[in-house]
Amino acid sequence: MKKQKLVMVGNGMAGCRALEELLKIAPDLYDITVFGAEPHGNYNRILLSPVLAGEMTLPDIVLNDFDWYRDNRITLHAGKKVEKIDRVRRTVIAADGTVAEYDRLLLATGSTPFIPPVPGSDLPGVLGYRDIADTEAMIAAAQSHRHAVVIGAGLLGLEAANGLKLRGMDVTVIHIGDWIMERQLDRVAAGMLQKALEDRGLKFLLARHTEALVGGESGRVAAVRLKDGMTLPADLVVVAAGIRPATGLAESCGLHVNRGIVVSDTLQTVTDPRIYAVGECASHRGTAYGLVAPLFEQAKVCATHLAEFGIGRYTGSLTSTKLKVTGIDVFSAGDFTGGKETEEIALHDPAAGVYKKLVVKGDRLIGACLIGDTADGAWYFRLLKDQQDIREVRDHLMFGESSLGDTGHAGGNKAASMPDTAEVCGCNGVCKGTIVKAIRENGLFTVDEVKKHTKAASSCGSCTGLVEQILASTVGGAYKPTTAADKPVCGCTDLAHGAVRQAIRDNKYLSIPAAMQGMGWRTPNGCTTCRPALNYYLISTWPHEAEDDPQSRLINERAHANIQKDGTYSVVPRMLGGLTTPAELRAIADVADKYAVPTVKVTGGQRIDLLGIKKADLPAIWADLGEAGMVSGHAYGKSIRTVKTCVGSEHCRFGTQASMRLGVALERMLFAMWSPHKVKLAVSGCPRNCAEAGIKDVGIIGVDSGWEIHIAGNGGIKTEVAHFLCKAGSDDEVKQIAGAFLQLYREEAFYLERTVHYVHRVGFDHIKQRVVDDPENRQTLYERLLYALKDAADPWAEQVANAAKKRAFIPIRLTEPVSA
Amino acid sequence: MSQLYDLCALDEIPRQGSRVVEAPHGDVAVFRTADDRVFALDDRCPHKGGPLSQGMVLGHRVACPLHNWLIELESGEAVAPDQGCVRRHEARVDNGRVWLSIEG
Ligand code: SRM
Ligand SMILES: Cc1cc2nc3c(=O)[nH]c(=O)nc-3n(C[C@H](O)[C@H](O)[C@H](O)COP(=O)(O)OP(=O)(O)OC[C@H]3O[C@@H](n4cnc5c(N)ncnc54)[C@H](O)[C@@H]3O)c2cc1C
Ligand code: SF4
Ligand code: FES
Repeated sequence: MKKQKLVMVGNGMAGCRALEELLKIAPDLYDITVFGAEPHGNYNRILLSPVLAGEMTLPDIVLNDFDWYRDNRITLHAGKKVEKIDRVRRTVIAADGTVAEYDRLLLATGSTPFIPPVPGSDLPGVLGYRDIADTEAMIAAAQSHRHAVVIGAGLLGLEAANGLKLRGMDVTVIHIGDWIMERQLDRVAAGMLQKALEDRGLKFLLARHTEALVGGESGRVAAVRLKDGMTLPADLVVVAAGIRPATGLAESCGLHVNRGIVVSDTLQTVTDPRIYAVGECASHRGTAYGLVAPLFEQAKVCATHLAEFGIGRYTGSLTSTKLKVTGIDVFSAGDFTGGKETEEIALHDPAAGVYKKLVVKGDRLIGACLIGDTADGAWYFRLLKDQQDIREVRDHLMFGESSLGDTGHAGGNKAASMPDTAEVCGCNGVCKGTIVKAIRENGLFTVDEVKKHTKAASSCGSCTGLVEQILASTVGGAYKPTTAADKPVCGCTDLAHGAVRQAIRDNKYLSIPAAMQGMGWRTPNGCTTCRPALNYYLISTWPHEAEDDPQSRLINERAHANIQKDGTYSVVPRMLGGLTTPAELRAIADVADKYAVPTVKVTGGQRIDLLGIKKADLPAIWADLGEAGMVSGHAYGKSIRTVKTCVGSEHCRFGTQASMRLGVALERMLFAMWSPHKVKLAVSGCPRNCAEAGIKDVGIIGVDSGWEIHIAGNGGIKTEVAHFLCKAGSDDEVKQIAGAFLQLYREEAFYLERTVHYVHRVGFDHIKQRVVDDPENRQTLYERLLYALKDAADPWAEQVANAAKKRAFIPIRLTEPVSA
Repeated sequence: MSQLYDLCALDEIPRQGSRVVEAPHGDVAVFRTADDRVFALDDRCPHKGGPLSQGMVLGHRVACPLHNWLIELESGEAVAPDQGCVRRHEARVDNGRVWLSIEG
């Protein structure tokens, strides 16, 4: 069949991102033609500021060079402005007469600087600040002229002023408002920023109105006259008084325009569904955005509709701004002024040049405004976007994410001021320089892209916060933080974890192929991220019905043992509650001898680990252990791991409750439970808490009157103390409450979310309501758990018993070669 | 000089899975993809020698179990941005049996 024709007008950041997204999911659907008024490929407009400041060069900021268009068989008309759209014949016509037909048309014409209609605004030497041409003109002017006036003290104006100053010009900034950047900063913050800029030699005139731009003999602009009569010398005037969506073309062909080309949630123009618009030229739900993060979201959604996937809606974005003036950190997001029924938390240290204001409404953070120390900007923005409940962290909020006892570096450091040699990712030994280089050379905008290219933050993830800051400080507001809730599971789909779980429940998918089919997966067999997740969602949603696909489990779960760096495995038999018997110990000793196991170790989970075992020996070892009645400890699984216990009232002189008895009962109940991530319990016989119940997914502590149940603790990457959930009178009550909580976690958590992160996301009250306050719901949750776990088999015994399964562990020995 | 072997029945390799073959020069991983093609690579990841046979098979690629590098089954090349290559061996299916020729 003949390919459809897609024409794009406007060769900029939003449009090209839409094309990239489209090519990812439907590479062969369209013949693509692109018109761009500028004689370049697509470049990173944002980085024009560092270019002007002399920190980067034009080649550094190219995002798609001409080869990219050629390699993707895109016809590029660079330097050709489109002047007419004929919606009847479905053609676009460029200034030089070039004509192109379209089946679908994508408008991404961006904005143009707003030049106030004052006399002289058309003189040579008067510029807006928008593109490479403007930037080159400014650089040239700086070489031959002295006096520069910048009109407008917004982000753009200040970055222009700073750049011109660094290029040796004498710069005055004129601003209508009472303080600078009034749309992003409150008066105090603005005052501090102005001071910092004045220290660098910039001059400011606030609350002043320009009356006229005056020309000299040369015909070039020579001065700026203000309404109050004051006149300033000026050989260069940069007008940064705001931008206007470039909608002229759209209007001329009758598309509905209202401060931007009006588009629906699918980025289609409301007038003509064949025509889409993304970027600064588009007006969505009354907003035309001026920062790239939201434009990239639009681009992604638009692409899925161009690809005829029909999924995804754009519902608007929250934006944050960051001033890209090296050495001065400014961050602002959300409602930073506040009003009634909002509270302010503020920190002001003029000497250190630090000012932080957080605006809180109820239990939510709604705005932030930071000067001097913006290390936690990314974190605040996450809290804001996620609408996270901050009650728990409120006391620490001001002191940043690092104050929450993160053992990793998240938020702990000032990315901007770190030396390039500083190590960021301890796991993969990646330093800041490498990351910044990758971001610039490959035009990266998201943490995931950085992970792929540098491996930073791709392991334990504790440095993700820092990587985010480096992104933010390198690409400015262009960087878009992703949040667990809205983030697609992986590159194979646009659906987030929640949506996938829902779809599996609603459509009763019972196998991975069925699920991928039904949800329109892009890749035939998915990837190592989505397949294990899907497999878990299937078996946890439809226990005993969905098929459990071993090939979609990561190696440890497929081999029922932990793979080690040399490809050998470790075997950890279960020891309920950390109790064992001479017979078990004898069997372990015999196995260790018989198979010459190099290392035998007592684990941190109160049991014994046999390390360094050849894969081929696993089945035989399991058989021997099975003889002695031992079963899998699931030390390798996203599953129940251990229930640690202390001695308790059975022997201990302080013990008030029988912790070993309860621990054993719980571990037996939960045997072979698969979960979003690993689950660890502990039971202590008294508040001395020798089993460390305070850092477990479920921690139980004996008191005179019975048991205290604590949940969502974690002792790993990020140590978190468990929260008190409720008390329980009897062992059975503990089993019911703990069971109900764990079932809720199994049903609602995203794959690889530990209980601590799950509870943090849904809020502690959510758990309390469903598990404590609502006894009926608690009981049904508990019953669903027991049903899922009923007649759970020992995976080791299964491997040993089933010839086919067993075979997979044994290598093939070569017979005689056939003489070919 | 390469040797041809009649390895096993196709069903003896799990679909989207693999088997290890003990070859004279070291282990070889024989993979069976979702579309029932077979490929053979030395069982050593170009990164840090991880056993590719233990990885997850994705289309015509395998993801190393240790640090998740992606390796093309056809060529043995690592998928960018990672770089490296592992030796491949000729493998094919002939009426239900898997044939492997190992480069000596
Ligand atoms: C064997 C053991 C160390 C030991 O000798 O004591 C161990 C070994 C491993 N741990 Fe652990 N952890 C062991 C107890 C712990 C504990 C302590 C505990 O369970 O009381 C913790 C902190 C408690 C917690 O999890 O909250 C712990 C926190 C981790 C983490 C971080 C988890 C987190 O959410 O922060 C990882 C990484 C992961 O799971 O993603 C991890 C991952 C691992 C892996 C599986 C790494 C891997 O994927 O290969 C290690 C396997 C080593 C190997 O080659 O076999 N291990 N690990 C312990 C086995 C306990 C058991 O009997 O099952
Ligand atoms: C100096 C500077 C610094 C910035 N800093 C940041 C920052 O730190 N963070 C941030 O998020 N954003 C920043 N921005 C804003 C960001 O660059 C824009 O939001 C983004 O580029 C908008 O993308 P777009 O595709 O909508 O428009 P553009 O990128 O402007 O692309 C539109 C393109 O369409 C072309 N065009 C217009 N009409 C026609 C026509 N009729 N025919 C053919 N071609 C046409 C234009 O020439 C232009 O090349 C900055 C902008 C500037 C200028
Ligand atoms: S056992 Fe745990 S802590 Fe020790 S190296 Fe392995 S993962 Fe790290
Ligand atoms: S050894 Fe294969 S990815 Fe590291």
